[in-house]
Amino acid sequence: MAEKVGVYICHCGSNIAGMVDVEGLARWAGANLEDVTVARDYKFMCSSLGQELIEEDIKKEGLTRVVVGACSPHLHEKTFRKACANAGLNPYLMQMASLREQISWVSSDKDEATEKAKALISGAVRRVIEQEELFASEAPVNPNTLVVGGGVTGIQAALELADAGYHVYLVEREPSIGGHMAQFDKTFPTLDCSACILTPKMSDVGQHESITLLSYAEVEEVTGYVGNFHARIRKRARSVKEADCTGCGVCIEKCPKKVIDDVFEAGLGYRKAIYRPFPQAVPKYPVIDREACTYYLKGTCKACEKFCPTNAIDFEQQDSFLDLDVGNVILATGFDMFDSTRLPQYGYGRLANVFSNLEFERMCNAAGPTDGKVVLRDGVTTPESIAIVHCVGSRDKKHNPYCSAVCCMAALKFGHLAIEKTGAQVYSFYIDMRTPHKNYEEFYDRLLAEGMQFVRGRVAEVTDAARLPGEEGKLIVQSEDTLAGRQRRTPVDMVVLMGALEPRHDARETALKFGISCSMNGWFTERHPKLDPVATMTDGVFIAGVCQGPKDIPDSVAQGAAAAARVMAMITKGTVLIEPVVATIHEENCSGCRICNNLCPYNAITFLEDKGVSYVNAALCKGCGTCVAACPAQAISGAHFSNEQIFSEIEGLLYDAISGNGAGHKVEPAGVPA
Amino acid sequence: MSDTFEPKIVAFLCNWCSYRAADLAGTSRIKYEPNVRIIRVMCSGRVDPTFVLKAFSLGADGVMIAGCHPGECHYLEQNYKAMRRYYMLRHTLRSMGMEDDRLRLQWASAAEGVQLAAAINEMIEQVRALGPLNWSANWHENGRRLEALGRLAQEHAEAMEVPA
Repeated sequence: MAEKVGVYICHCGSNIAGMVDVEGLARWAGANLEDVTVARDYKFMCSSLGQELIEEDIKKEGLTRVVVGACSPHLHEKTFRKACANAGLNPYLMQMASLREQISWVSSDKDEATEKAKALISGAVRRVIEQEELFASEAPVNPNTLVVGGGVTGIQAALELADAGYHVYLVEREPSIGGHMAQFDKTFPTLDCSACILTPKMSDVGQHESITLLSYAEVEEVTGYVGNFHARIRKRARSVKEADCTGCGVCIEKCPKKVIDDVFEAGLGYRKAIYRPFPQAVPKYPVIDREACTYYLKGTCKACEKFCPTNAIDFEQQDSFLDLDVGNVILATGFDMFDSTRLPQYGYGRLANVFSNLEFERMCNAAGPTDGKVVLRDGVTTPESIAIVHCVGSRDKKHNPYCSAVCCMAALKFGHLAIEKTGAQVYSFYIDMRTPHKNYEEFYDRLLAEGMQFVRGRVAEVTDAARLPGEEGKLIVQSEDTLAGRQRRTPVDMVVLMGALEPRHDARETALKFGISCSMNGWFTERHPKLDPVATMTDGVFIAGVCQGPKDIPDSVAQGAAAAARVMAMITKGTVLIEPVVATIHEENCSGCRICNNLCPYNAITFLEDKGVSYVNAALCKGCGTCVAACPAQAISGAHFSNEQIFSEIEGLLYDAISGNGAGHKVEPAGVPA
Repeated sequence: MSDTFEPKIVAFLCNWCSYRAADLAGTSRIKYEPNVRIIRVMCSGRVDPTFVLKAFSLGADGVMIAGCHPGECHYLEQNYKAMRRYYMLRHTLRSMGMEDDRLRLQWASAAEGVQLAAAINEMIEQVRALGPLNWSANWHENGRRLEALGRLAQEHAEAMEVPA
């Protein structure tokens, strides 16, 4: 029976119609392509009217196949599948041709674009005729969620879910949750004390009956699919038994070994070999740093063990593994701070009084290494003048082309704190002042009024080589003042570098582990930059916070909550549809050669000894199709991507070549010697 | 279309990286030449060498296989299988007298719209310089190809003769 194909060409406003002769294309398809019974064009096929057009034709004209020439299937395949299903046509009997992404947006000649569109439509029509009815299966959604990263974003996501009554496993790499926000003193523009707003949320997490907090832990491996992921978590050995530890802190007090705290105190302060990153740490259990601890280095000491009132110290503790079943994953892995030594002209690490933004942040913090005093590297001298350098590693083609989004506001905050704490003259060297949120511009105005000096221009160099009177013993900031149109040398006591936010050093490995992708810069890629910012291309894996791109605390919190809402929707619905794109082995053709067995990355293919054939476990198969391509007997078929479908698509795409070169005629196979 | 030869290139793009790179090239309005016609496959590992041969036999002047970068395959490692097949196929096609530039293996991540567009343009330029393939039209006359195919069939048969 001949199929009845309906072809629908979308104008997409002028997005497609501006470069492709859409009316002509529809007429051509109707007149020239075999089996096409209806061919129409419409302003917006994805609109409800456009969808109704298709639905009506399916019902009235008895269409058995549908081709939609519109945007990328990644955008609207679901929309049009649903329209087909509404009209009673199996959704897998629909094929899209990406006229917008692959033609109109990338072409510059209307005739050429229209010719290419004919080929794509022809390919889709030939392919759709070979497509078969498929039925998506339903799988239950495990109501547990894995949240990776315990910064403010992960905390928010975990609390939203737990408060709704769903269980959350929160995995944090560091000994305590809190993330970068726990290191800050004040938050812009309200100057809320960071700890005052964060620590209650942290203890909520620690005490929540629906949250299993796994700190000092990392995700080793993730398998499974949406609704049914299995995650293997490595809990690193704390050397402290969590069940016995009361968090009294005697061990920390008695530990004789001090080491520089490079992580939480940004290298400005010390911690003990057994430590909590900060007093309000959640969980409260300390960790022994085995690389610093005297016992692990020399075999003696054990002061902590001697003084521990509950015998919670366990020097022999090993890493342990936890296997979790979860339905969804939220990644909130945050960012790394730019290492300012990569810009040697700014002197960080070479000139003592050049500080990183994180160092300055810790210095301002009342619980920090200087008890909240802003002082020079000697630890006592109060600076009389401070230069804040913006865009260190950001908006710089040699390092990161993007804007880190938070540094302008953080610099204004630093300006305010420095003026308040020291009365120093503060200079800001900026490229553009970016203050785009609620009450941010007002904060900038406030700093102007407070007397912070703003110099527009990138800093060329920070040096201690005095050349002019008044520069002796100072750091000289050499910059261009693009508003005054001249070079400036500004002698100051202290320089603060506003380093960029960078993707985690291991972001690409993390992305690979969870089956998502990264942008060129290394930020995780969202499903849609405008309309689906927290979902990813992998169903059931969501992203939130800075791991998706630089953003400030309110935006991170909003994304954490948004990701939690998406997960809740999945849990509430209870089931997910699993795409029926899997491979099937036809036993009658299988010779039992087992070539496919080792090709499958998911071990979905097993050899049935009794029958002498191989078998695909559909639940494990992800539909990549490698086994289909490899089977020498063509005994394996790949649903929705079968050989016949691809061959027909090639034929359709090359319709103009075939009629031109006579290749449409069958090549005589007997011409090939046996 | 002008009188100069305009090659037809069929490109097999993996759903996760390269097809998204093509989407990105579109949304970023990166212009490239219209000679390429894209087929979506779930993975570059799905590309059966016969797809490529079929495309050539039906009049394609060049074929591109594009997938995720090594180590970044959505299906763990199937792009390596695509790579193996590509080298095998290139060997086969070479022995049949086909120029290397007509078959290209391209890695393109979802973020590499610019790179994919550049690769497509480069390939079109190379194939344009080679001229039309006319594989099927030349099939019967071109005895060399038939001979080569015969030799390959022989080689292959010998290679398969492994003691059980």
